[in-house]
Amino acid sequence: MRKFDTQVQYLKYKVLREVARYAFEDRLLDCFTEIPEIVVKGKESTMRCCVYKERAIVGERIKLAMGGDKKNPNVIEVIDIACDECPVSGYNVVADICRGCIAHRCEDACAKGAIEFDENLKSHINKDKCVECGRCAAVCPYGAIVSRKRPCERSCKVNAIHMGKDKCAEIDNGKCISCGACVYQCPFGAVVDKSFILDVIDMLKGSENNTKYKVYAVAAPAISSQFSYAKLGQVVTAIKKLGFHSVVEAALGADMVAYSEAAELKEKGFLTSSCCPAFVDYIHKQFPDMVEHISHNLSPMATISKYIKETDPTAKIVFIGPCTAKKMEFQKEEVRPYVDSVITFEELQALFDSRDMEINTFEEDVLDNASYYGRIFARSGGLSDAVAQALKEHGIEDFKADPIACDGIEACRSALLRASKNVLPNNFIEGMACTNGCIGGAGCLTHGVKNKSEVDKYGREAMEKTITSAIGFAKK
Amino acid sequence: MNIYVCVGSSCHLRGSGKIVELIKAALKENGLEEKVNLAGAFCLGKCTEGVSIKVDDEVICGVCPDNFDEVFKKYVLDRI
Repeated sequence: MRKFDTQVQYLKYKVLREVARYAFEDRLLDCFTEIPEIVVKGKESTMRCCVYKERAIVGERIKLAMGGDKKNPNVIEVIDIACDECPVSGYNVVADICRGCIAHRCEDACAKGAIEFDENLKSHINKDKCVECGRCAAVCPYGAIVSRKRPCERSCKVNAIHMGKDKCAEIDNGKCISCGACVYQCPFGAVVDKSFILDVIDMLKGSENNTKYKVYAVAAPAISSQFSYAKLGQVVTAIKKLGFHSVVEAALGADMVAYSEAAELKEKGFLTSSCCPAFVDYIHKQFPDMVEHISHNLSPMATISKYIKETDPTAKIVFIGPCTAKKMEFQKEEVRPYVDSVITFEELQALFDSRDMEINTFEEDVLDNASYYGRIFARSGGLSDAVAQALKEHGIEDFKADPIACDGIEACRSALLRASKNVLPNNFIEGMACTNGCIGGAGCLTHGVKNKSEVDKYGREAMEKTITSAIGFAKK
Repeated sequence: MNIYVCVGSSCHLRGSGKIVELIKAALKENGLEEKVNLAGAFCLGKCTEGVSIKVDDEVICGVCPDNFDEVFKKYVLDRI
């Protein structure tokens, strides 16, 4: 069974795996120069012009696997020598496909008068007038007008990545929300999320088998849609074999959040969710007037971590999830005391394989802390359902939640725009920057059509059917 | 006094939620809610012997509704 969606992920994973292997063996500083030749073998190039360039890029990947550029606050970085400098030409007419028809819908659709015709009656776009609105492409009956935007630009719905100097992609940190969409979409793997696996390995080793302090893994509920070649219980065993004391569901934090967010919603009358760090960052950067409406709850990750540290103050906590933006969130002042590091499912896979674990031969452990509602936070719409349920469990009957579940950052923008103009009929905005919610996260190993049903199934398997019963121990 | 109930996955599946309810009820009945702090702990390392609870620094395993009154008396009531 395939572990990854793309060869780019596989390449990144191989570097992470080798870096982790040497780090576990305490040989990284002596041996990291060997990694390019382990990843790119032989003399024949398979990805670039020559093996030497391939190895040079692997060298850059090693730096990112070791934490990346410390001077750049963003966790998403461009490897300049890996960027293929794709041509940037925007909308273009494909000459072979344009029939030079009579209808000229393209011309009618264009508000800027940018469509011109040659002597063969074929359409052309005047780049001086074109504003890249795409209306001509939408109306051409032959589909002859295509957008040749760079994949990174096309994937970035917040316009944070553009061609910079030397034609190489450049990220505008003032706009970037670290969602990782470009990381997943760049066909050359030139945009990469920094990794904190070395911090995690240090933490695990320093705990001396959890005797000096305990290292807890907080696992995001999207894990249920990942590692499909093994059973979830085997993945839990594998996490513990890496050296974690215990695995706790972030979904339990989600139960806690849903419970208090419902009360907050009733009190304030209008709220946006605060679970998705990319969405929260987006509000701060693009809708500063809406910041006051962001729920004051910490995210589920931070909420459950805070709870664990209250009962075990020397604990170290590593969040494992599908999300690159969480790597920003855990560094925020209000979250830093509770979460010590963040890794993705991709990186977890690399850690497993650096220890040569055959996970599907392991015994199954158990993972069950949260309710159905906490678990379905992993997919779009789940948070809204949970908040509505929590209102019910609070016994609040004179107030009704009217949520809008925004699936992807474009839907978030549309809801925020309407809310900022007071024309949004809903009283709760569930914002998820990734399409489909967390299961669409850039740090997932695989993104499949079945992922949503996997999360729902995992939700139904929870022993606790209500939020209140799941958080009973924490509720005064 | 601090009581921690293991709410890690194993103990949770063995019914730590029920033990939490019993402790809450017993604390209320004995008027100890102010004197005793109740919280959840994530794995006390005795996964095969759960439900585990920790009263201050002592771990007590195998707590279940049947022996709850006895455990509560011995480790909480008699010590407070």
